[in-house]
Amino acid sequence: MNLLGKLSWDAIPHDPIVLVTLAVVAVGGAALFVFMTLAKKWGWLWREWLTSVDHKRLGIMYIILALVMLVRGFADAIMMRTQLAVATNGSEGYLPPHHYDQIFTAHGVIMIIFMAMPFMIGLMNIIVPLQIGARDVAFPFLNNLSFWLAVSGALLVNISLGLGEFAMTGWVAYPPLSGLEFSPGTGVDYYIWALQISGIGTTLTGVNFLITVLKMRTPGMKLMDMPIFTWTCTWANVLIVASFPILTAALAMLTLDRYLDFHFFTNDLGGNSMMYINLFWAWGHPEVYILVLPAFGMFSEIVSTFSGKRLFGHKSMIYASGVISLLGFIVWLHHFFTMGSSANVNAFFGIMTMIIAIPTGVKLFNWLFTMYKGRIRMEVPMYWVIGFMITFSIGGMTGVLLAIPGADYVLHNSLFLIAHFHNTIIGGAVFGYLAGFAFWFPKAMGFHLDPKLGKVSFWCWFIGFFLAFMPLYVLGFMGMTRRLNHTDNPDWNVWLYIAAVGAFVIAIGIGAFVLQLILGFKNKDKNLDKTGDPWNGHTLEWSLASPPQFYNFAKLPQVEDLDAFTDMKEKGTAYQRHASYEPIHMPSNTNAGPIMGLLATAMGFALIWHIWWLAGASFIGLIVAFICRAYASNTDYYVQPDEVARIENAHLDNVAKG
Amino acid sequence: MSTSATAHHDAHHDEHHDTGRNTTLGFWIYLMTDCILFSCFFATYAVLFMNTAGGVSGKDIFDLDLIAGGTAALLLSSITFGFAMISAYKKNKGGTLLWLAVTFVFGAAFIAIELYEFNHLIHAGHGPSTSAFLTAFFSLVGLHGLHVTAGLLWITVMFIDVAKRGLQDRTVTRLGCLSLFWHFLDVIWICVFSFVYLMGAM
Repeated sequence: MNLLGKLSWDAIPHDPIVLVTLAVVAVGGAALFVFMTLAKKWGWLWREWLTSVDHKRLGIMYIILALVMLVRGFADAIMMRTQLAVATNGSEGYLPPHHYDQIFTAHGVIMIIFMAMPFMIGLMNIIVPLQIGARDVAFPFLNNLSFWLAVSGALLVNISLGLGEFAMTGWVAYPPLSGLEFSPGTGVDYYIWALQISGIGTTLTGVNFLITVLKMRTPGMKLMDMPIFTWTCTWANVLIVASFPILTAALAMLTLDRYLDFHFFTNDLGGNSMMYINLFWAWGHPEVYILVLPAFGMFSEIVSTFSGKRLFGHKSMIYASGVISLLGFIVWLHHFFTMGSSANVNAFFGIMTMIIAIPTGVKLFNWLFTMYKGRIRMEVPMYWVIGFMITFSIGGMTGVLLAIPGADYVLHNSLFLIAHFHNTIIGGAVFGYLAGFAFWFPKAMGFHLDPKLGKVSFWCWFIGFFLAFMPLYVLGFMGMTRRLNHTDNPDWNVWLYIAAVGAFVIAIGIGAFVLQLILGFKNKDKNLDKTGDPWNGHTLEWSLASPPQFYNFAKLPQVEDLDAFTDMKEKGTAYQRHASYEPIHMPSNTNAGPIMGLLATAMGFALIWHIWWLAGASFIGLIVAFICRAYASNTDYYVQPDEVARIENAHLDNVAKG
Repeated sequence: MSTSATAHHDAHHDEHHDTGRNTTLGFWIYLMTDCILFSCFFATYAVLFMNTAGGVSGKDIFDLDLIAGGTAALLLSSITFGFAMISAYKKNKGGTLLWLAVTFVFGAAFIAIELYEFNHLIHAGHGPSTSAFLTAFFSLVGLHGLHVTAGLLWITVMFIDVAKRGLQDRTVTRLGCLSLFWHFLDVIWICVFSFVYLMGAM
């Protein structure tokens, strides 16, 4: 038996682009390592962050993961756009198909699973417990474990860059192409295990946050009184819990086909590849609502805060999100109208899809009515909201267009589709996360970012988006299909050039964003948010210091109104000094999360390369680590009243100084 | 929140993380995700069970007498787990241990019968690689079997826990979760037995 399975020196790619990337990563990694060692920061990093069970720190780490993966995924995007701008008139461009196919697959997987999901879950982690007046989530250790499973999946995707290959199947990995016969390499295996491991983490997050909102709301807050962001996250968690197991099942079946010669989706012996496609989208369609519903919640909070008004139609927002969640489960077939189901089946799914425009329209009007007669402050988050309203409306309308089965037969797999879903995911989800980022950054980090650079970043994203994706609608109508490596049609060229320019404009937007962060950290002391309430916020998170006290609430707040903090400010009950405090029960940090994440990575890697002894050992290690953690004794401690009083008084003194 | 915390209303330090009710509800929701996982394999079985690729169908290979034996063992194990829970709530350590052991034996018997069946089928040339029907059959039944095996491991851990530390609140909560898990697998098995074996053998 070979101890290293299929792994050998040949696994390292010889492509110069990949080698240069690896060299840059190696140099950057070495620099970071040297810096951390010289600054003696490793112990601090491990004790304070990596092993943390504090939902706010986990949230920040999720967002760091998301931003790193955003850069990686965007690098893929800009390579594709330049390739397509260069490879016209029969020229082959600079990315051979073997490499190009991996790039578009990695781009999709990374942007959905390792950029958008961690970004959304990160914001949810930081804000949801604060909005419901809780001290932590229901299962803090599980929260840490979920994070490490997400990191584990992200690590596997990035390892594939330097060892072996990534899938060349597109991010959906349809069989039989993704089966062993047509994808004999390790690419699809990287895909499977990266998604499987991080997907299980996401399922656990969904369970965790559902229990958190069901069981840990502060006294006086009924379910229907929860802030709208918390509500949209809750709907997203319902969707996670109901849909991610379907992905787990589909991936498990594909795994069995590839590893044990099963015949779920093969062409021979009775397999049915359409079953995979059905299962994939029965997860995949709810997944896009998992991404966008929390973004809707962020827009709602921002619109109401910066209009200085209560959100219009809080209840109707909750119900609209619920209807969207429900409908999200009965539209999956619109991803493959061309499968050949009967006209009636297609008509049903088409109509269900169009109906989703109604609750979404309700939301849009609610936002507009919130702004109506409000005193609108045009801060950075508000720019994103306005940009979203315009962009997402267009994306929604092209979606209704695609929902017509007849039209879909023409536009299926064309660039029109690509333009549509980027229109909704960038214009809806990503704009939302960037709005939420700008909105809650001072809360999470304790200082402000430069608003000028924020606006530059917004305008570049906004204009760049239209430049990059409106041409794709045109190209779709002109018959250009997705995933083409090079083209030979002079009529398409000019649109491909414009799209490439758009990608570079977005690159400037990302650059401004990164610069904003660098300068923000550099000038942090000048821009401290001392009051904890920089925007005159409505909900409980703004009643805390920035960054919030690690125990969140010294005394659980008594909530009497939808906009709980506004209500407290109006009644003069905000910022009360208490004579005494009780000890606060807190969970301790734990090594188990990162260790189990590492073991999961090792197991995934071993399974990808058929290193069976390592796969077995790390699987047993995972079970043992879990049982050990379950019976660990020092998992919690009490914060003493004098420490609570010291921290609270410091915050209240800061507030009093303004 | 525990009642003692509501009693002296500002004192929320009694509001523990991982309180029993949170854990049980959390585990219950986890079980619902597991239910969806099973439903995917049921749906796939429904799509693929006629795709025998010219080979055997359920009628040819299902041995209902054997499966009835396994089913009886599993159903009995649910009853005996119920006895274990009654003992646990009465803080009767000896009874809990006894009934956990009996449950383990019945569960192990079920797994042994399943392994015998699988082994027999594979050696008769009806392994999971033979046709889509057998792929779906082995996967659905095997997924349930894996769950039962995990349950057996969990029973072992809980047995040691009860034996060493007695019936603390945390232990009883965990026994409650395991109980939910075990009964859930019973319900799933009733579906497997009805839809796969009974309907297949008709």
